[in-house]
Amino acid sequence: MGEWLIGECMVNQLTNYSVNQLTRMRLKFAVVVFPGSNCDHDAHYVTETILGQESRLIWHKESSLGDVDVVILPGGFSYGDYLRCGALARFSPIMKDVVRFAENGGLILGICNGFQILVEAGLLPGVLLRNSSLKFACKYVRVRVENAKTPFTSCCKRGDVLEIPIAHGDGNYFTDPVTLKRLEENRQIVFRYCERDGRITERANPNGSLSNIAGVINEGGNVLGMMPHPERASDPVLGHTDGRRIFDSIVESFILARSTSSSGHQSQLVRKEGVGV
Amino acid sequence: MFHSKILVTLRRSILDPQGKAVEHGVHSLGFVSVKNVRIGKYVEMDVDVTTKGEAEKITREVSEKLLANPVMEDFTFTVEEVSS
Repeated sequence: MGEWLIGECMVNQLTNYSVNQLTRMRLKFAVVVFPGSNCDHDAHYVTETILGQESRLIWHKESSLGDVDVVILPGGFSYGDYLRCGALARFSPIMKDVVRFAENGGLILGICNGFQILVEAGLLPGVLLRNSSLKFACKYVRVRVENAKTPFTSCCKRGDVLEIPIAHGDGNYFTDPVTLKRLEENRQIVFRYCERDGRITERANPNGSLSNIAGVINEGGNVLGMMPHPERASDPVLGHTDGRRIFDSIVESFILARSTSSSGHQSQLVRKEGVGV
Repeated sequence: MFHSKILVTLRRSILDPQGKAVEHGVHSLGFVSVKNVRIGKYVEMDVDVTTKGEAEKITREVSEKLLANPVMEDFTFTVEEVSS
């Protein structure tokens, strides 16, 4: 399993330009394109144009991810949501390499349908049921950061409230009580739907998710699935940029990991095992 | 009280892209002997009437008028008496 080094957010203090100067290289993002993906280009645009990193779209028929740092499974309706949302995407040829990448500790972000694919592929626990309202929910929601010690949330503080849109019909997170307890104990619940002031209420829950869960991470701390769409709240032109903090966190985590391995400045960093901190 | 179990299936002549996609998935798992995967719907419901004949009549009507579209689907059902 991967081990990630997390510390205070650097990206807020540095421009992307200087961050890139610091590392002298750019992160390589791969956005997997399934038949029916429809947020693939948004994720590609944010990672390449907004973040200024390298980003590649990879067709699901490819057998290898190639040389890549971060994999994004984007939103959409892979395989037309046949059988169950995300159920068939796991048979796409690229998924063998995605599973291998996850097992080797590679960072994977699954957004919306990408989250559904990750649970169906067994990379994350739980399932996503039909929204309790039985309606497709498409609106801005607020989520509270429950664990800021992940490579996806290191630019946030625990308790921060992010405003990010959702757009799904099946986002009602469910799991058995034993698994829920384990998720709580391991701090694997990364986001919960909340009110503006961070309170976790029934009213703030847009889809009936168990315990208001909006996003969970695996035990290794390298695979995150979330229903809200951070890529739709990253370009200032769209009005909200809270989603960018998730992408900034990913970039920051790599910078820290690399600066440690090159300069050995361990003192600034919190050494972390799994996600349980 | 009667309990009805209704199975709605696509007619043979109707193409089932969902079944085809699932069949590919089954083959990916290594079960290459599996063929002609077709996907239908299973519905259960209680019918609160006194005779089995009445329950069957209602189940058939509900199936014809709502649960199945006769243009593309067939249906079969069973009706059992249950304690109410």
